[in-house]
Order: sequence, then structure tokens, then C-alpha cells
Amino acid sequence: MAQLILNHLSKDFGTGRPAVSDVSLTVREGGFLALLGPSGCGKTTVLRMIAGFEQPTDGSIMLGERTLADGSGSLPPEKRNMAMVFQSYALWPHMTVAQNVGYPLKVRGVAGAAWESRVRDALAVVRLEEFAARRPSDLSGGQRQRVALARCLVTSPDVVLLDEPLANLDRHLKSAMEETFREFHARSGATMIYVTHDQGEAMALATDIAVMSEGRLMQVAPPEEIYARPEGRIVGGLVGQGAILDLALADHGPRLVPWPAIEAAFRQTEGPSRPMLVRPEHVVADPQGIMLQVSSCVFEGERFSLSLRTAGGQSLRAYSKTAMACGVLRPFVIRQGWLL
Amino acid sequence: MPKLSARGSSQPVWLLPLVVVVVCLLSGLPLARLLYAGLRFSLEGKATGLFTEPATWAAIRNTLTTSVGGMVISVLLGATFAFFVTLTDFRGKGVFSFAFVLPMMIPPQVTALAWVQMSGPASPLLKALGLAPPLGSPQPLYSLGGIVLLLGVQHAPLVFLALKAGLASLPRDGVEAARLAGASPSRVFRDIILPLAVPGLIAGAAIAFVSGVGNFGIPAILGIPASIFVLPTLIYSRLSSFGAGTFAEMSQLSMVIAVIAGLGLTAQQWALKGRDYRIIGLSGKNAAFSLGSFRLAAEAGFCLVLFFVLVAPLAALVASSLVPAYGVPLNFQTVSLDAYREILFRQSVTLTAFANSLFLAGTTACGLLLFTVLTAYLLARRPGKLANVITGLIEVPYALPGIVLAVAFILLFAAPLPLLNVSIYGTIWIILIAYFSSFFAVSLKPVASAFLQLDPSLEEAARLSGAGFSRRMRDILVPLIAPAAGASVILVFLIACSELTVSALLWSAGTQTLGVAIFNLDDSGSSDLASALSVLVVVMVILLMLLLEMLAKHLPRGVLPWRN
Repeated sequence: MAQLILNHLSKDFGTGRPAVSDVSLTVREGGFLALLGPSGCGKTTVLRMIAGFEQPTDGSIMLGERTLADGSGSLPPEKRNMAMVFQSYALWPHMTVAQNVGYPLKVRGVAGAAWESRVRDALAVVRLEEFAARRPSDLSGGQRQRVALARCLVTSPDVVLLDEPLANLDRHLKSAMEETFREFHARSGATMIYVTHDQGEAMALATDIAVMSEGRLMQVAPPEEIYARPEGRIVGGLVGQGAILDLALADHGPRLVPWPAIEAAFRQTEGPSRPMLVRPEHVVADPQGIMLQVSSCVFEGERFSLSLRTAGGQSLRAYSKTAMACGVLRPFVIRQGWLL
Repeated sequence: MPKLSARGSSQPVWLLPLVVVVVCLLSGLPLARLLYAGLRFSLEGKATGLFTEPATWAAIRNTLTTSVGGMVISVLLGATFAFFVTLTDFRGKGVFSFAFVLPMMIPPQVTALAWVQMSGPASPLLKALGLAPPLGSPQPLYSLGGIVLLLGVQHAPLVFLALKAGLASLPRDGVEAARLAGASPSRVFRDIILPLAVPGLIAGAAIAFVSGVGNFGIPAILGIPASIFVLPTLIYSRLSSFGAGTFAEMSQLSMVIAVIAGLGLTAQQWALKGRDYRIIGLSGKNAAFSLGSFRLAAEAGFCLVLFFVLVAPLAALVASSLVPAYGVPLNFQTVSLDAYREILFRQSVTLTAFANSLFLAGTTACGLLLFTVLTAYLLARRPGKLANVITGLIEVPYALPGIVLAVAFILLFAAPLPLLNVSIYGTIWIILIAYFSSFFAVSLKPVASAFLQLDPSLEEAARLSGAGFSRRMRDILVPLIAPAAGASVILVFLIACSELTVSALLWSAGTQTLGVAIFNLDDSGSSDLASALSVLVVVMVILLMLLLEMLAKHLPRGVLPWRN
């Protein structure tokens, strides 16, 4: 196994706008990378280029010393020793669960007792041993997902690709499957690449998150870092809850802005404005603060979620333990903000 | 380290060239040959003098009369039936549809033969019932009117199916909205349903017209005895009286047929312009009008129509297969199975025909499947302009009247093959190649729709599992499209087994097909043998259709021509 390197990767389907442009990225060995972005941002195209279903127009993909693809040619998917969980699971309806899981072994010439024991082991990991003789059509969505995962496990692939694997599951199953994925990653040690548009999934699972937008890579960082220190408006808006305020802040100074500087910026109306990300957990009711209008208050179970409006008409979000009436003005302090 | 291939696609490098070569050989080459001959002979037009003969113009006139007349009857019959079956609470829709579409699957010469046996002075059925007109009175179907009527019956299912496809997607909520807006049922029909049905009606009418232009079996059985010739039968008679200018005349006449058929399709394009009504909304349930007390009457009416167009002719066919000789009435003293014994055990001509047709139909159905699976895979994985051209090239020989295609193959193979210096003209192989060309589209359709419906990730998962092209085909793709492949084989077999038009021009002694044998037996006056052979063909058609019907729930929508 080795690290996976995407080097200035581009793909143009000839539609006028490149689907992926100039994406460079290194996934460390055994890493779990989430490719996060809204639909149509090119993340699935990147995944399909790594798998070998699409050929890059430009740039290259390397796995350690091996070149998998470059502008001139590409190694076919069947020779890449990768595995993938598809959004539709892609289980073959004419084969039993065991035959589905064991197919990569069969193609590699493994047969007989060796085949049986390895299939049994793979099914044991996803706790589906007793379903070996069933057909995929007899299984529930979550079980199908686990069969697809077992099929990835069975050959110890170098890279496991996951294409929005949880998109078709309900919320309850999702968290159970997230746990299975984490276990799977710890156990197999494979490099995993996970495409999703759900930032919650990405943060919960990945060791690194790569945010894409309109075919470009915006930022790659571990989840905590990308949450605390996002780069630019797009990443700031995409990762975590929060609001972006345009405030007249000084050009110099630290990017983590403390309350006094924010308060000063609120009073300042002159000068060019800069975008600042404010997380709801940093907005707290405090008599020392500035007056904000509560425009809505929604009960979310463990707390209330507030939408607030500044005097200048900008929106903010905050959490509160108690309900607040719509329309009232209350003082709030913004403990910190992050300059994007 | 394995080498990088230049292309990232899933198709092996040899696939596209193979498909292109096969399609060019089966479709492009004969069409180009025909076009070349037609143009060359037309430019040297004075050499043949074909267009100075009154017979030519009479045939053109007859072709236009019969196909327009047939089209009118088809539209009246097919549209009425389609409206009732799709829009009302009519019972037994499945059975009615199957019975109504059956005439389309029965070979036209058999239909014609059955109707001849049903009417006229020698009809065993009418004689048995004591209804036969006196001997010596003319057979009323040996006329232009008879040809028109039978073309109408034969092609009514085409209108029915074209219209039904459009009406089935007409959502119930559209009709309900109109009712709530205050429109009465008849008003809804006039203002909502009829306008939306027009495209289907036009398409159905065009298919009926073009099929009428190319039909050979009906005018051959009904027209030739009365010396009424249409263009396909004129070509046939020219070939029979082989002369110096035959090839030139045949290719010119084929061009005329192609032009008339082309004009029909152009008229359709023109009439359809601006009528692309895409149905918006849920088309789950069909609109349903309650017929109320009128329902029983409507059902009885359709039973009566089906009795006359289907049951009575087939009963007459069976009756005349059971009488010992032409003109003998059928009763308990005369009934015999001699005709069946004769064709199944004694006559070498019919035995050869059975062997030939089974060989041709079986080889065509199974042999085509090999190319069909590869072509369908290519078309599904490589959509674009080239795929459209390939699809078009495959469809032309099927859309073209069979007689035109047969002429194209005669022109192509009349001379010995280059290099090999062997002539396949007059052998069974020329018929086989023409069948491959003609039925490629029939074979392709079910398989192509199965591939298009297949989730591409099923194949991608197999690729990542390490399976190469042939491995994926064997383990994953072929098992998944197997029902459609089965349907493709049965459909081609069904149509090829009783085919007449192509083989009528291409057969020679020893290579006659079942269609040709029926035609020749009838021509030589052995109507009992012809009827017996026809009965067997009809039984086979019905059995194969029922077999497909049983497969139906495993098939992609629209694969079976009589279902949608």
C-alpha cells in the first residue's frame, strides 16, 4: 500500500465548463478522506477517475510509485486492486449474497475451501453470515449496504472508494452504518475515499476532509481544523453551522477575531468590509452585548435555535436554553469570529 | 507494471470496428448497391422503357389505392379498439388486446388464404353451413376491395399499438381536472383526449400505410388470380419471367416503392410537426370512462368484430384443411386428416420447407443474438452521433418493404462473390444473409432496452472486482439480460419462420421456405394442403406468442410488440 496522489487532475466532458479542474491532493496511506461538496461540484467525477471509469483530460493519478492514469492513458479499473461501494450498492441480483461477496475472489482464481473461508470471514465482519445463501432482493437497504461493504473487504484492496453510500438510508440506519464504516476502516487499514454532500457524515468519519466547489478543490484539512479555520466563503458556508457577516475589520491583525474587535467593527460603518464566519455556539445572550432582533426561535429538542438579525440587516444564528419571543431586541455578545 | 491503455472506456478496442463492419455488411452494402443500381438504371431510363408501359402505372395506381384504403380501415378499426381498451372500464382488456393483435403476427398470406376459405363459392365452412354462394360465382375477395379490406385488418393492430402507447401515458388527473372544470365526458374526449391522441394516430396511420405499400402476401394471394398487380407483386412476376432487362426493371420498381414509402413517412413528419405533447404529471393510472349500461353492448360488439376478423377466417382455414379436396363440403363423412399426413410425412416439398424455415429462423435468431448483444452493449455504453447512425442503419432494412430488401440482395449477390469466386445466389445462404439484415432490428430492440435499463454500476462493480470484458459479459451482463435475449430469439424466430416476402424473391428449387410453400400450394390449387400448412403455422405463432407472454414479467417494457 502507498499514498494516493492526485496531481493537477482535470476532466472536461466537453460541456463548456470543466467538471474537475486542477485538483491536487495527497491521501496518506491508510487515511480516510471525505470529498465534500454540493451536488455537481465534481467530487463524483474525481472518485470515478480514481476508480478508472473516467479518464483524466489532464494531470495524473499515482498510487505510490505506480502511475494509474495520466493525460495519455489509464490503467483499466479491473487492474487497479480497488473496491467501491456504489450509491445503488450494485449488487448482482442473479447471485446469492455469498456469490456477490466472493466474486472478486473468483475472478482472481480463488476457489474451494479458501474461497469459502474468506467469504465467511468477510460476511462475519459485517455480521451477515446467516444471510450467505439469500439473494440481494431479500435483504433490507442496510443489509445490502453491508453486503457491498463485505465485497470490498474480501480482497484487501489498496483503496476503497465510497460513493455517497448512505444517501439512500434513513437517519437511524445512517448512524449505525457510520459505525460500521469506522470499524471497517480501522480493521482493513485501507486508504478510503468517501464522497458525500453531508458534512455531518464527513466530519464523523473522515481523518481528512477535502471540500470541492464547481470542479475546484477549496481546502483539505482534518475535520477539527476545517471547522475551526475554514478558508474562504465557500468552505465557511459549507462546513458546520454558522453565518457569514460582512464587517469593516482591519486588514492586519489575527484571523481569529475577539469580541472587542467585533464590537468595534459593528460601530464602524466606514471602510471596506471583510467576511467573517460566526459559529452559533459563539453567540451568547449577554447584557454587555449589542442589540440583535430575534427573527425566529425553533425548538430542536436539546435547545432552541435562534435566527437573529443585526441593525444592518445581516443574519446570525445562536443557541439558547430558553425560548425567546419573535421580534424582541436582546443584547448578544459574539465571543469570537473567523476571518475567511 | 501493466501498460496504460489509451482509452478509459469499458469497451475492448475491437468492439466498435466489429460492430461497424457487421452493420455495414448487413445494412450499408445492400442499401448502397440498390441505390447505385436504381440511380444508374434511372439515368439510363430509356433502356428499359418501364415507365412507358401501362402495367407499371396500373401497379402504381393499385399500390396507392390499396395502401391508402387499407390505412383508412386500419385507422377506423385500430383507433376504435384502442380508445375503448385504454380509456373505458371495458372488461377482459388483456385477452381482447392479445386477440386483436394476433392478426399482425399471423403471416399475411395465411390471413389472405383464411379469408378466401371463409368466403366465396368453394368455402368448406359456408358449404357445411349451407350458406355458400352458387358454384361459378366469383370470389369477392379477388379484387382491389378485397385487398384493401385485408390490408386494413392485417395492419389495424399497428394503429392500435401506436395509439395505445400514447393513450396509456395520458394521466387520469388530466381528465379529472377537465371534468372538475365542468366538461362532460364527450366534451373531455373532444377537447382533451382527441388532441393528445393525434400524434399516435398519425404515427399509426403512417405505419399502416407503409406496411400496406410493402405487403406482398395479401396482394399475391388475392390479386394475382384476378390479374391485379401492385408494385411488390409486379416485381415478383417480372422476376418469374426472367428477361434481359429484369434487374434494371426490378431495381427501378423497388426505387418507386421506396419513394412511395418515403413520401408516406415524410407526410407523417410534416403532420406531426408542432404536436410534441409531452405529458406532464403522474401517469400512474389510466383515465377511465364508465360506459355504464352501454358496456355490455360494446363488449358484444367487439366480440362480433373479433369473430369476423379472427375466429371465422381461422375456423374456415381449419375447415378447409380437413376436407379431402377443393370444393367438397365439410361433414362427418368427408372430414379427414389426410392433408396433415400429406404435408408432414409424404410431400418432400413441404418437408424441405419445414427444414429450411426451421434452419433459417433458428440460425437467424441465435446467430443474430451474438451480434445483437455486442451491438446493444456498445450502443448503451457509447451513446452519441455514431450510435445513432448505427441504430439508423440497422433499422432501415427492417423498415424497408421486404421486397425492396430482397431486390437489393439479388443485385448484391447475382454475381459470384469476389475473391472466393463462389455464387450464393439461388442457395439458402442468400436467404439467410437477407434474414440477418432484415431482422437485425427485431433482434436488437429487446436486448438494447435491457442494456439501457441496466444500472451501469453493476458492470462497474464487476470491473473493480477485476473482471475483464469477456468475464463480465459471461458472469454479469449476459445473465442479467437473459430474459430479453430469450425474447429476442423467440420474436425473430416467430417472424422469420413464416416470412414470405423476402424468400419469395430469393428462393429456388430446394430452398423454399414455409411461406413460399403455402403460397405455391395455393397457387397450384392444393388449397387443402396450403390450409393445413397454414394451420400449423398459426398454431406455432400462437404458441410462441404465449411463451413470450409467460416471459413478459421479466422483460423490459415495450419489448413485446403486442404489449406496452
